[in-house]
Amino acid sequence: MNCIIIDDEAAARAVVSQLCSKVPELDVIQEFDNAIEAIKFLNHQNIDIIFLDIHMPGFSGIDLVQTLKNPPKIVLTTSDTNFAIASYEYEAIVDYLLKPITFDRFEKCILKLKKEETKKSTAPKLEEKNSDVNEDLYINIDRRLIKLNYNDILVVEAQGDYIEVKTEKKNFRVHTTLKNIKDKLPENIFFQIHRSFIINFNKIIDIEDNSVLIEKNVIPISRSNRPELMRRLNLL
Amino acid sequence: METPNINYINELAGNDEPFKNKFIEILKMEFPEEKLEYLNNINNNRTEAGSQNVHKLKHKFNILGLEESYRLAVIFEEELRLGNDRLKNEFVKILDKIEDYLKTI
Repeated sequence: MNCIIIDDEAAARAVVSQLCSKVPELDVIQEFDNAIEAIKFLNHQNIDIIFLDIHMPGFSGIDLVQTLKNPPKIVLTTSDTNFAIASYEYEAIVDYLLKPITFDRFEKCILKLKKEETKKSTAPKLEEKNSDVNEDLYINIDRRLIKLNYNDILVVEAQGDYIEVKTEKKNFRVHTTLKNIKDKLPENIFFQIHRSFIINFNKIIDIEDNSVLIEKNVIPISRSNRPELMRRLNLL
Repeated sequence: METPNINYINELAGNDEPFKNKFIEILKMEFPEEKLEYLNNINNNRTEAGSQNVHKLKHKFNILGLEESYRLAVIFEEELRLGNDRLKNEFVKILDKIEDYLKTI
């Protein structure tokens, strides 16, 4: 992870730089004693993390956060607790380190940053899938492409080399696998409840011990998928 | 009055003697400049600017293990911001103590 350090005090920059040197994943690209020079640098250089002092003359750390359009992850370094609450207003601010910073506290901050990095790398996939909500799926029946709205699909059942897509009005038998259709359906609506069944979560009428009722269809719940089903239910 | 120490610097440096030396050099260079700027402002009744100086200086108190002095600096910074310099004599004693200490390391 590439980082820069912004602090008007040389001693404070030296502390953060020394702490960074103890973490192999961190690479300090440059240090700045004012925010303006850092902004110029950030205009033509991508970095992962900014260690940023809040209290600087002229242009403060918070001014810098507000200025950056797509800020990287920011860790505030300050001797003021007063800004702690304000810092949570900015999504880019991951942590808040009080001076003098100890290595134990710094390590916790790095763990937090790593978690944020993991979230960042998985988030686009979820967004991509979720962006399909309220869109349609086309299925190939006898060389005709039939449009199905996600909200009309109740259940999808595997039947050998085919799947049966059950909607409120009609059922469609399609030559494909359950895995294929599962990959195309949005995860926030559909759930594979059993080796042979995917259900539309919004269509559940009730749940008994080992089965789910969707319209007139009683769908078995596999033992392995039950915990995930229970986790996703909004239980009272 | 509590006395300055380099426990934090030692902990930060570990076995990194070059860092320790470099860091002490930075303190020796930066502290007198900050002190001078503070005295200039406070002697000319520029309390708002003095408050900014105290903010910077109090970080050095932390680094040198001066916890009581740090607490005093927090109050003084806020009071100066509001134009009240009643703690200036106590504060300058701390600065003098640090200056003397830095000459010994």
